[in-house]
Amino acid sequence: MAWSPLLLSFQVAFAATVLAAILGLALAALLANGSFPGRDLLDVLLTAPMVLPPTVLGYYLLVSIGRRSLVGSAFESITGSSIVFTKTGAVIAAMVGAIPLVVKSSRAALEGVDPNLIHAARTLGATSLRAFLTVQLPLARRGIIASLMLAFARSLGDFGVTLMIAGDIPGETQTASLAIYDAIQGHRDAEALGLVAVLTATALTMLYAANRLTAQRP
Amino acid sequence: MSDPTRLLVELHVERPDGFALDVKFEASPGISILFGPSGSGKSTILAAIAGLLRPARGRVALGDDVWLDTAAGIDRPIHRRHVAFVFQTLALFPHLSAIDNVTYGMDRARATRASRRARALTLLTRLRVGHLAARTPSTFSGGEAQRVALARAFAMDPRIVLFDEPFSALDRELRRDLASDLRAFVDELGVPMIHVTHHRNEARALGDRVILLQKGRVAAIGSVAELLPPDPPEPANPAEIPIQATRWARERE
Repeated sequence: MAWSPLLLSFQVAFAATVLAAILGLALAALLANGSFPGRDLLDVLLTAPMVLPPTVLGYYLLVSIGRRSLVGSAFESITGSSIVFTKTGAVIAAMVGAIPLVVKSSRAALEGVDPNLIHAARTLGATSLRAFLTVQLPLARRGIIASLMLAFARSLGDFGVTLMIAGDIPGETQTASLAIYDAIQGHRDAEALGLVAVLTATALTMLYAANRLTAQRP
Repeated sequence: MSDPTRLLVELHVERPDGFALDVKFEASPGISILFGPSGSGKSTILAAIAGLLRPARGRVALGDDVWLDTAAGIDRPIHRRHVAFVFQTLALFPHLSAIDNVTYGMDRARATRASRRARALTLLTRLRVGHLAARTPSTFSGGEAQRVALARAFAMDPRIVLFDEPFSALDRELRRDLASDLRAFVDELGVPMIHVTHHRNEARALGDRVILLQKGRVAAIGSVAELLPPDPPEPANPAEIPIQATRWARERE
């Protein structure tokens, strides 16, 4: 059985989760604490990847980071390789699915911190950034870690967007979920079953751990 | 040049629920009691002084130092007002030990970590909670939490002190105990303190002056004796009498 799709999936999911964590946490903090025009619109845009068809998301990504796009051609002239149909594309595809999860649950965790604690920090001389880093973030950490676990599980399983912008290139962009489809098409049922079992076990473990983390309060 | 420790407060706040606050008063060093029924706007005033809430119109100044002047477009951020705010819920940081709670508001540029911790420990010890220094708030009793919150408030070298009914959950004896510690600190700091309460006894025990608030307006400003005269004589603690009576009855059986 070929293990390379699994290894690739874990690499891609890890990179996607790290990126989603940075971007998603910043956006969650903005939505939880800031009041600015367009906040509701931003919220809708960040939730959209959860409900839009993968083909639609893939289309938007191809238009915005494809080889002929501004971002895509700039990336290619700097690094020498394109974003789409490479591992980078697979990471971005997985990240797009993961960001809404990070934003939604991290925001809820941040908003769950008693506002008086943040006010107390501010009156004690903390800037809003210091209050966020030393009070709000540590008190929301369980919810945030749980959201990153969900994001990792989600990244591991992306199919549609990955297919659209990264393709199905064995050894390069063929992640486990794409390899399962390939194996079924080629009647290699045992190979499919092996990948299915690993993905299922990982996802369930992540979900269980995330639930445990958010169920018990410190 | 006006007295640099004299706090001037002038606020006009309109809340979405229709409640309107329109107050003007001054507070000099010592304890001013902000007294009034719930819903009279006491907490709103404290929040506006600290900068947690921005009034529609108003002015807050400590001497010549203007913190808020809506007409002139001045609104100093909360963290640069140096206000010791003790919340009704105390708002001790649950993830920090008592000593880390107390050092949180100390000026990090002016003292080393070791000297900040030493000073925090001195304050905690003086308030008789030095033994709790390394413990986190979830293990504190109500009175202990009050004392740690008091230490945290005074450790930051505040320019004014605001108390939003932090004693309301305490029994009478603890409250009296804390009152004397509080009084000592305020005298030592020599800054204005505004203490919100709707307990007459607490107001009498602590207050130098009373600002009487009613429906968002200042109804009167004056001395404690003038505005909150002693109640007509009544049993020391009415709640205890029936218990004693039943105990006595039980013992006779």
